[in-house]
Amino acid sequence: MNLVFPHRQTAHCESGVIANLVTYHGFAMSEAMAFGIGGGLFFGYLPFIRINGLPLTTFRTTPGSIFNRVTRRLGIGVERNTFKDEGRAMAELDRQLALGVPVGMQTGVYWLPYFPPALRFHFNAHNLVAYGKSGSDYLISDPVLGEPVVCAAADLARARFAQGALAPKGKMYCITSVPERLDLAPAIRQGIREVCRFMLSIPFPLVGTRGIRYLANQVERWPARLGDRRAILYLGNLIRMQEEIGTGGGGFRFIFAAFLQEAAQVLADRRFFDLSQRMTAVGDLWREFAVAGARHCKGRSGQGENFGDLARILRRCADKEHALFVDLAALVR
Amino acid sequence: MQKDDVPQDEALFDGMSEVCYAVDESGRYVLAESAGWEPANIANMQAWEVIHADIAKVQARVRAGELSPLAYHMVRHQMDAKLLAGYAGLFGWQVKRHMRPGPFAKLSPAQLQRYATILKTGVEELCRIP
Repeated sequence: MNLVFPHRQTAHCESGVIANLVTYHGFAMSEAMAFGIGGGLFFGYLPFIRINGLPLTTFRTTPGSIFNRVTRRLGIGVERNTFKDEGRAMAELDRQLALGVPVGMQTGVYWLPYFPPALRFHFNAHNLVAYGKSGSDYLISDPVLGEPVVCAAADLARARFAQGALAPKGKMYCITSVPERLDLAPAIRQGIREVCRFMLSIPFPLVGTRGIRYLANQVERWPARLGDRRAILYLGNLIRMQEEIGTGGGGFRFIFAAFLQEAAQVLADRRFFDLSQRMTAVGDLWREFAVAGARHCKGRSGQGENFGDLARILRRCADKEHALFVDLAALVR
Repeated sequence: MQKDDVPQDEALFDGMSEVCYAVDESGRYVLAESAGWEPANIANMQAWEVIHADIAKVQARVRAGELSPLAYHMVRHQMDAKLLAGYAGLFGWQVKRHMRPGPFAKLSPAQLQRYATILKTGVEELCRIP
């Protein structure tokens, strides 16, 4: 007997998995709400972490933390496991599925056979849900896909034990209990407060709005420091991180803006709606950066357009986000 | 992003579409399907060009006898020695050693089979390049 899982395609894998899992357990939750309560928005430029030899830029919090925070803030009971041994990891998955519990997992994307080949890189912070078996194959609800898919056991095992940066180590998680009533309002405030803290007040120059400015300074210097060819590679990689890997920067800003709209409703406070509109404008600005950057990569940049101009767009992003989060923080203090 | 601005550029995912968040006429957020976006496509294609260039470079060096076929099969899977070592349960320096033709020729059948399984190929294919 396989359970019926409410699969929904979402913009981001982790918040999508959480929203779908919580919805399965009887509380309809949107992806945006999960993303916001989980304090999903972030910025970090981390050149000491390399993926394919290129610096990591992240637009959301560390993998797994959205899930941890959403469940903690709403009082949802969870069970989490990581494994050393592949056999035991798959056995535990089978055990939970036999009990009729849908299981969330962190996986790499490279070995997932149903993943579009153009997106198959060694990226390890993907999330999906297994909700049943058909023979020895698993029924998978992967939130980046329109429909549930089937995945062979060997491929899933490989994806769960992908190696490299952010290796998932077979990580799986399931919801064990949901309280009778979910009180969203305090959780929303906590989520917002946390995002504001991340974006404004971590005393480390590579994260938050400070990190965006730091990146702007770096971008400006790339051509001189790396040479034209490497500079273009770095830029292309930045845009890919922003717009492709898990929807990226522009996308995350829009998800958060959608969350602020829902928050305005739950908290019955129009001011969150206004801030949502400002967040949308910031997201549009990030997209403008991607457009200008991609034009560079293609060698189609206009006269006099250079890395300095790109840096200026980033600084505008930083300024706008900084002002926005200061105002937002004042609302939830 | 306005709902009408949701990009519908041809993407590289075999007709799969992604969802994104956009505002409708009344300023409300809705989920909208996007077929793909040109800037993201450009960045994606650039990443693949780099990968293909790396593969060609290693292929040439294997032909020239500087590297073993293992090196080719490794980059074909976008791996470096450290990542492959992770999968094989070896140290990076061991994999690097096996990327040289001499030590590679002395690998035991069991070790070859191990690499072949990881790289999703057969032992025979592992020992040559296309």
